[in-house]
Amino acid sequence: MNAFFKTMAVTAVSAVALMGATAVHAEGERYVLVSHAPDSDSWWNTIRNALALAGEQMDVEVEYRNPPTGDIADMARLIEQAAASGPDGIITTLADPTVLSDSIQAAVDAGVDVIIMNSGTPEQAREVGALMYVGQPEYDAGFAAGQRASGDGVTNFLCVNHVISNPVVAERCQGFADGLGVELGESMIDAGQDPQEIQNRVMAYLNANPETDGILALGPTSADPTILALEELGLAGDIYFGTFDLGENIVSAIRDGVINWGIDQQPFLQAYLPVVVMTNYHRYGVLPGNNINSGPGFITADGLELVEALAGEYR
Amino acid sequence: MSETQPLAAGGPDDERIKEQGGFRKWLIRPELGGIVGVIAVFVFFGILAGDSGMFNAQGIMNWSQISAQFMIIAVGACMLMVAGEFDLSVGSMIGFAGISIAMFGVVWGLPMWLAIVITFAICLTIGAINGIIVVRTGLPSFIVTLAFLFILRGFTIFVPQTVESRTIIGGIEEAAEGDWLAALFNTDLAGWFFVWLADIGLVDTFTRGTREGEPVISGLPMLIVWAIVLVIAGHIILTRTKYGNWIFAAGGDAQAARYVGVPVDRVKISMFMTTAFCATVFACVQVFEFGSAAADRGILKEFEAIIAVVIGGALLTGGYGSVMGAALGALIFGVVQQGLFFADVESSLFRVFLGIILLFAVVLNTYIRRIITGER
Repeated sequence: MNAFFKTMAVTAVSAVALMGATAVHAEGERYVLVSHAPDSDSWWNTIRNALALAGEQMDVEVEYRNPPTGDIADMARLIEQAAASGPDGIITTLADPTVLSDSIQAAVDAGVDVIIMNSGTPEQAREVGALMYVGQPEYDAGFAAGQRASGDGVTNFLCVNHVISNPVVAERCQGFADGLGVELGESMIDAGQDPQEIQNRVMAYLNANPETDGILALGPTSADPTILALEELGLAGDIYFGTFDLGENIVSAIRDGVINWGIDQQPFLQAYLPVVVMTNYHRYGVLPGNNINSGPGFITADGLELVEALAGEYR
Repeated sequence: MSETQPLAAGGPDDERIKEQGGFRKWLIRPELGGIVGVIAVFVFFGILAGDSGMFNAQGIMNWSQISAQFMIIAVGACMLMVAGEFDLSVGSMIGFAGISIAMFGVVWGLPMWLAIVITFAICLTIGAINGIIVVRTGLPSFIVTLAFLFILRGFTIFVPQTVESRTIIGGIEEAAEGDWLAALFNTDLAGWFFVWLADIGLVDTFTRGTREGEPVISGLPMLIVWAIVLVIAGHIILTRTKYGNWIFAAGGDAQAARYVGVPVDRVKISMFMTTAFCATVFACVQVFEFGSAAADRGILKEFEAIIAVVIGGALLTGGYGSVMGAALGALIFGVVQQGLFFADVESSLFRVFLGIILLFAVVLNTYIRRIITGER
C-alpha cells in the first residue's frame, strides 16, 4: 500500500500545482439561477431562455441549476454549492421555506446577493435577507383582474376554483371580488378536479344564478370545462370570461372571443429582471426600492399572434 | 486471515494454500477501480475547477455531504448486492421513512425519539418482508422490490394527503427540539475546530447578518459521521467476520452455500433489512437537517446507490464486492456530480458523464479481474 500512498501524494501535489496555473472564469459578473423544477417541467424552458437572453444582453455569465427529480432537499444542496462557487448573485425560488431558508440565509451572510423569484412572498424574501421578490402576488393579480372586469361592466361573478385546498390560489378569487368592489360570498365554488364535474357545477351555478355576468377561472383545469359549459348553455361569447394561465384551449377560446383575457404571470420577466437588476446593482449601485410584480400580464385577442409565435420559448 | 490458517493435510506445500504475490493480490481487490477512479476525478477537477471554489471549505463540505449521502445508502446496497440481490425500493423507503417520522412525531404528537424508533421498526419490517418474499417465492428481487418501490411511494403520498391534505410536513425542527435521539442525526460536531480553522484563515467567515464573524462551516455534520461509521461497520462485517463469509457465499453460489450449512435465506433477509436500515438513516438525517418531510423525497436514489456500488467494483451477479469500494464509488459519484457545476459544465451533461464513468468502471473492473484470475 506504500506505493499507493506515494502515488496519491504525487498526484495531489501535481493537482495543486495545476490548480494555480488555470484560470477558469472570464471577467464579468456571474449569476446562478436555482429552480425547484424537475427536468420534466417544460414551463421552465421560458425561464431558461430568458435567463440566457439576459446574460447575453447584460454581458454577464449566467447558469441554470435544478434538482433533476424536483427534490427540494437536493435543491438546498444546489444553493449551498452555488454559494461555495462564489458567484456575485443567486436567483432562486422559495418553494419550501422550511427546507431552503437556512441555505439561502447562509449564502446571503457569506456575501452573495440573492433575489427570490416565482415562488414565495415578498415577506418571506425579506426574512431570508433577499434583495427583492420578483413574481406574481396572487391577491394583487386577482385585484387587477377585478378592476379590469369592473371597468368592462361586470357586477356579479363566479369564481371557478379547482384547487380549493390551496389557500394561496384562493387569494385570486378574493382579490377579484375586491377589485370588482363586491362581496366574495358564495361566488367561489369548489369545482373539484374532474372535468365533467367542473362543467356540471358551472352549468348548475349559472342556472341557479342567472344574474351572473362574469366568470373567473383559476387555470386550464377549470377554464377548459367552463368553456364547454358555456357552449352547452349557449352563453359562449355572451358572458364576460377571464382566466389565469394559458393553455391551448384557452388561447383558441381567446381567439374565438369566448374568453376575454388570460392572465400570464410572465416567467420571462421572473428570470430576466433579476439578472438586469443585480447587474446594475453591482455595476452602478442602483436598486429598485420595491419588489417587482412580473404579473399579471393580460393576454387578449389583440396580442395573441405574438403569444402563439413565442409560446414555450419566451411566453 | 492467512496468519491464523492451520496447517492443511498436505503440509506447507499444499497447493490449496499457495501464496500469491503481493502485487497480484492488490490487483484483484474490488476496490482497485474505485481507487483509480478517485485519483482520476480529483486530478480532473483539480485541473478543470481548481480555483472555482470547489476546493475551498464550503465547496469541500458541499461535495463531501453529497458523497456521504450516497455512501449511506451504498453500504446497504453493496452488502445486499454481494449477497446476490437488489433493492429498488431504497428511494421510496427514504420518502416513506421521512413521512413516517413526520406523521408520528409532528401530526400525531409522539415524542420524537419514539417516532424514530417506530419508523425504524416499520422500515426494518418492510425490509424483512421484501427478503422473505424473495427467498420464499424465488422471484427475482428486481421484481419484488420494484413492486415495493410503487407500494411505498403510494402510501407516502396517500397517508399525509388523507390525514393532513398536504404532502409536505414541516415543524419537525420544533418537535425535535432537545430530543436525544434526533440529536444523533443532526448535530454539528467539533465546532471549535472550525472556529480555529477560521482563525488561521483556512475557512471563510460570514461577512454580514446575525452570524457575522462565525465560520461558514459550523461543524462536522452527523451525515458525514454516519457515512463513515456505516462504511467501517459494513467493511468489518463483510471482511472480518464469519457472517461476512456467509454473505459472500450466499451471493456466490447459494446452493453450494446451503450444502455447507450457511443459512442462506436468513442471510439474504438480513441484508434486505440492512438496506432498509440505511435508507431510514438517510431519511432521518435529511428530515432533521431540513426540518420537513415531503412525499417526493428520494426519487431515483435506488439507482444512484447501485451506480455507486458498481463503480466501486461489486459484481451485479453477487458474491464479489467491497464496502470500501462502494464508498469510493459514492465519493466519485458525489465529486463528479458537484464538480461538473464548479467546472461550469451544463448540468444536463452530468448524466452523460456519469454514464460514461459507469460504463468505464464496469468494463475496467471486469477486464482486470479476468486477466488476473484467468476467468473466461
